[in-house]
Amino acid sequence: MSQPATLTWLAGHEARLGWRDFAALMTAGGRARARNAVILVIAFAAAMHGFAYWIVAGYADVSLDSDPTTLVAITATLLLSWSLLLSQAMESVTRAFYTRADLDLILTSPVSARKVFAVRMGRIAAAAVAVAVLLAAPFIDVLVLRGGARWLAAYGVVAAMGAVATAAALALTIALFRLVGPKRTRLIAQIVAAVIGAAFVIGLQVMAIFSGGTLSRAAALQSEWVMARAPGIDSLIWWPARAALGDGAALLAIVLFSFALLGGAIALFSARFGDHAMAAAGVGSARVRQRRGSLAFRRRSPQRVLRQKEWTLLLRDPWLISQTLMQILYLLPPALLLWLTFRTGNEDYVVLIPVIVMAAGQLAGGLAWLSISGEDAPDLVATAPIAASRIMAAKIEAVIGMIALVFAPIVAVLAFDSVFAAFVAALGILAAAGGSTLIQISFRVQARRSQFRRRQTSSRIATFAEAFSSIAWAATAAIAADGSWFALITAAIAVLILLGVRWISPRQA
Amino acid sequence: MTASRPVSLATRHLSKSFDRPAVDNLDLTIYGGEFYCLLGPNGAGKTTTLRMVAGLMRPDAGTIVIDGIDALAEPEAAKQITAWLSDEPMIYDKLTPYEYLEFVAGLWRIDAGTAEARARDLIAWLGLEAQAHDRCEGFSKGTRQKVALAGALVHDPKLIILDEPLTGLDAGSARQVKNVLRERVAAGGTVIMTTHILEVAERMADRIGVIANGRLIAEGTLDELRVKTGAAGTSLEDTFLALVANEAELVAAA
Repeated sequence: MSQPATLTWLAGHEARLGWRDFAALMTAGGRARARNAVILVIAFAAAMHGFAYWIVAGYADVSLDSDPTTLVAITATLLLSWSLLLSQAMESVTRAFYTRADLDLILTSPVSARKVFAVRMGRIAAAAVAVAVLLAAPFIDVLVLRGGARWLAAYGVVAAMGAVATAAALALTIALFRLVGPKRTRLIAQIVAAVIGAAFVIGLQVMAIFSGGTLSRAAALQSEWVMARAPGIDSLIWWPARAALGDGAALLAIVLFSFALLGGAIALFSARFGDHAMAAAGVGSARVRQRRGSLAFRRRSPQRVLRQKEWTLLLRDPWLISQTLMQILYLLPPALLLWLTFRTGNEDYVVLIPVIVMAAGQLAGGLAWLSISGEDAPDLVATAPIAASRIMAAKIEAVIGMIALVFAPIVAVLAFDSVFAAFVAALGILAAAGGSTLIQISFRVQARRSQFRRRQTSSRIATFAEAFSSIAWAATAAIAADGSWFALITAAIAVLILLGVRWISPRQA
Repeated sequence: MTASRPVSLATRHLSKSFDRPAVDNLDLTIYGGEFYCLLGPNGAGKTTTLRMVAGLMRPDAGTIVIDGIDALAEPEAAKQITAWLSDEPMIYDKLTPYEYLEFVAGLWRIDAGTAEARARDLIAWLGLEAQAHDRCEGFSKGTRQKVALAGALVHDPKLIILDEPLTGLDAGSARQVKNVLRERVAAGGTVIMTTHILEVAERMADRIGVIANGRLIAEGTLDELRVKTGAAGTSLEDTFLALVANEAELVAAA
């Protein structure tokens, strides 16, 4: 056993906290659920391996002597995965800054703060590497099974990507902290993280739209424009791809470089981490003066007061806006495709209707959670002289109103091209938003709005149901826009999902 | 003396169980214009009782009548004349005190002009003028509690239910809250409050109820309680501890 207050002792403490967080996430705090969680993990791993087989089995024979097209495809895949890892790592680093938790204990203890924060950064890196390896494992396993042990090198590449992502996240977040200060860093860092996570996917889709008029990313990577500008086969840019293909020298270089970079970042930034965390902790006590045109009280019905309150709270919280409306980013490529379709007069709009419907369902789920579960003054609202059903109706109206505000312009533009398609899209948006709201009502649990990011962990059934419901309504809208009666089948599936949710929801019991 | 006064709150055979009985066949009668303190050890059932009266929890059995209104049959009518304030002030961080009061007034359907005048008075009364147009997110616990108290009073309730309202307040804020409550009672309002600060009960309460294991074990003025324990001249703390100890012995013997 290590001596107290040493690096290994602190690392052990962090590992224990990390493990307990993970266990709580998997078992929702109940020991009895541990067995179910293990079964679920095994089933999920099996399903992911099946999915991975379908996706990558055909590429297992790709060799080191591959042509530039293959290297471009592998590098783009690694870059895409890395951008998502960077996004996650930035979220973790930002959270470490702004979560007070044991900060007082750490900073008032006689242990070197630098040592403690170095270990904490190490924990963030370990988590990033673990997530990267776990997500990549099914794909790498399939490649190893079909193409041989040389593919095991891909594990090293993925671990290296996790390390570099953490180092970059530390540098980016601390640079933001120094540039814009503690008050704005949380919001900006989270927006930057989300944009980084989405930018690469969106960028590829935009390229694909301009090069081929479709949403396919593969089309963009194989375009003549990209191939003409790709560097020579000996370029350093291809080293991660070559390492993943089993080039030992490239792998060694990539791993050494990545972990040296991470070590350097930790050594460089851990000294000031405590100062930044202290500055971040003081942000909560800052005063914000509110300007308003008229100070006179307005005459409004209780329902209108409730709706207005929901919209005001959301509009005054840039962090929540960034969290909920970030999904709108993914609507940019479909919107671009819509614009091109409108200009050229073809019927590609069928492709984007499910994207819009899916986004509406997901956005409504987040807004419904905020409005229904994330009520910061539940006692006040519950003791008001209004029937509970009218309170709930006002909250649902607030959600649907916000969805209408976001999606009405897209539907209006669609109507210029096809009134029928716009009608189908509008119905799909309403159905998906209504379905997600119903799921949130069925699984509502009182929580603080600040816990928004953890809403998925409080009820995994609700999260999955929300996703499946949105997918089913998206499919229904796409098939209906194509003029097929098969839409009735997918609509029936969507309704069955919602009935199932009502049946198993704790509120039903 | 109290028999001629109108009854503000009456509970009969009020019961609520979780894994064990939290409130057990509780009969309470509180009169209009009375300041009533409900005391009891942790887990005695005080908060559960008050949450049922405020309409936040449905009892398993029994009745609750507020100012002649059956609160279980007509909850909205009962809530219209009731206010609830807990130890943890639940207000909206992104609203200003002024906006919060406008929101509460809207929920209680108070005429905008009347509510605005009351809000201004309350903000001045509680010394919140400087923060009236700041968002609540940076406020101290005491300031937040004062905003929540203003929200509880803006609709001019007849019955104010408070669960540990002074917890965590500094001396100045606590005195302001106590003054506001005293003035409400002087104006004919009724206050029922739980507290662990026995000095507050001793100084402010017209009558005190002591609850243990979900049952009312003693009730009366401080002098009446002293007589009951046979220890005239002792402090409320001694009287309270003696009552609770007696109850514990009875439970143990049973």
